Amino acid sequence: MALIPVVEKTVQTNADKSVDTSVDTSLTAAGGGPAVTAEEVLRRRRRQDPDTAPLWEILDQVCDPEIPVLSIWDLGVLRDIERTGEHITVTITPTYSGCPAMTTITEDVEAALARAGFAEVSVKLTLAPAWTTDWISAAGREKMRAYGIAPPVQRSHTVACPQCGSDDTGLISEFGSTACKALYRCNQCLEPFDYFKCL
Amino acid sequence: MACNPVRDRSDKNHSDGNMSKQTIVEYATRLGDDALILGHRLSEWCSNGPFLEEDIATINTSLDYIGRARMFLSYAAELEGAGRTEDDLAYTRDCRDFKNLLINELPRGDFAFTTVRQFLVDAFNLFFFEALVGSTDTQLAAIAAKSVKESRYHLRRSRDWMLRLGDGTEESHRRTQTALDDLWGYTDELFHMDPLESELLDTGVAVDRAAVRLRWEPLVTELIDAATLQLPQPYTLPGGGRQGVHTEHLGHLLAELQFVQRAYPGLQW
Ligand SMILES: [Zn+2]
Repeated sequence: MALIPVVEKTVQTNADKSVDTSVDTSLTAAGGGPAVTAEEVLRRRRRQDPDTAPLWEILDQVCDPEIPVLSIWDLGVLRDIERTGEHITVTITPTYSGCPAMTTITEDVEAALARAGFAEVSVKLTLAPAWTTDWISAAGREKMRAYGIAPPVQRSHTVACPQCGSDDTGLISEFGSTACKALYRCNQCLEPFDYFKCL
Repeated sequence: MACNPVRDRSDKNHSDGNMSKQTIVEYATRLGDDALILGHRLSEWCSNGPFLEEDIATINTSLDYIGRARMFLSYAAELEGAGRTEDDLAYTRDCRDFKNLLINELPRGDFAFTTVRQFLVDAFNLFFFEALVGSTDTQLAAIAAKSVKESRYHLRRSRDWMLRLGDGTEESHRRTQTALDDLWGYTDELFHMDPLESELLDTGVAVDRAAVRLRWEPLVTELIDAATLQLPQPYTLPGGGRQGVHTEHLGHLLAELQFVQRAYPGLQW
């Protein structure tokens, strides 16, 4: 992951973008993806901390059980890693309130660190700030698309078909195979697909 | 947010020690019970939905509600400090200890009834949680911040269905109007403030339900009209959920919800 410079202002909405000229537009993902917030830039910087850098890499192997191509880092579920002596505290946050994957993720985090020789691990669950799809990394969005799930876009953008790329798509149901996805249909290639909702 | 019914009185936060802690435990339990009971009702649609996509959508909404219940109840249990867990609260309390509002426990009825109830409650939840985000209790505020985003989605869907059913066929219109008439008397309880919530409102912890009503009513009225439905004549059924006085339906619901833990206490899998 490329290190992204900290910008002065936090970009959150499209309305902000149109008036805020101080924002480096290279931070705005194409195709309706989110702009990178200063908070998110700080999270990415945490990876460079020499004390915990190898731990972040170990946890890159822990994937979301429901979308196994996405690591918990890509998804933005992995918030922080702290190390005090031998003790490691990993902070994660749920995507949706009812996300049934948190228990599995907690166990997978502990197992991954145990395999690497770290026995003293506690996994902390935090609710605030509330998870947002803006935290999904650019690489994560690409992996998601390749896996057949359309990544989240701002509401003003159309949802492109992950199979053929067509913009000619329509909503079938607000909820797809899991709470975080909606079900769409492509009018071009006629395939149904999951869309990861913008939350 | 422009309209925030939570008063900013953070200076008084948690000042009365144990007393106020106990009232927050009760408040979190109430909110957890509301979410758990309605979440369970929605889960009854699993494999019974009108068609596959809506079956899945209803169950996913159920999952959001049960997730919300888990956050409130585990917070209540933790704050109570008596060694109980969210599971103890959900599976071992009896009817009179449940504090959910009555609208949440009514049987699921037909799809029109489920839709109308979701619409009325989703709209309430959106405004309620938007206000709870400003609570001086940081954990309640954090739970609300997650819930508000989900409620927005829930409302988008239930609103859509109100329009489709209300302005649909003669039969769907009739069923939807009947459900609306039957449910209307239960909505008043959503906005009732008792002494406990008034006290928590004074310390900035709780939400002012009267202020939520001011946002809820116009939205609901407008949508009922857009769905070609008639606003019911105002009437109020006796409440009692907050005192543990329930309809005959809650006992049957709990019999199913709690069966495994009652038959095999402490069972895990
Ligand atoms: Zn396509």
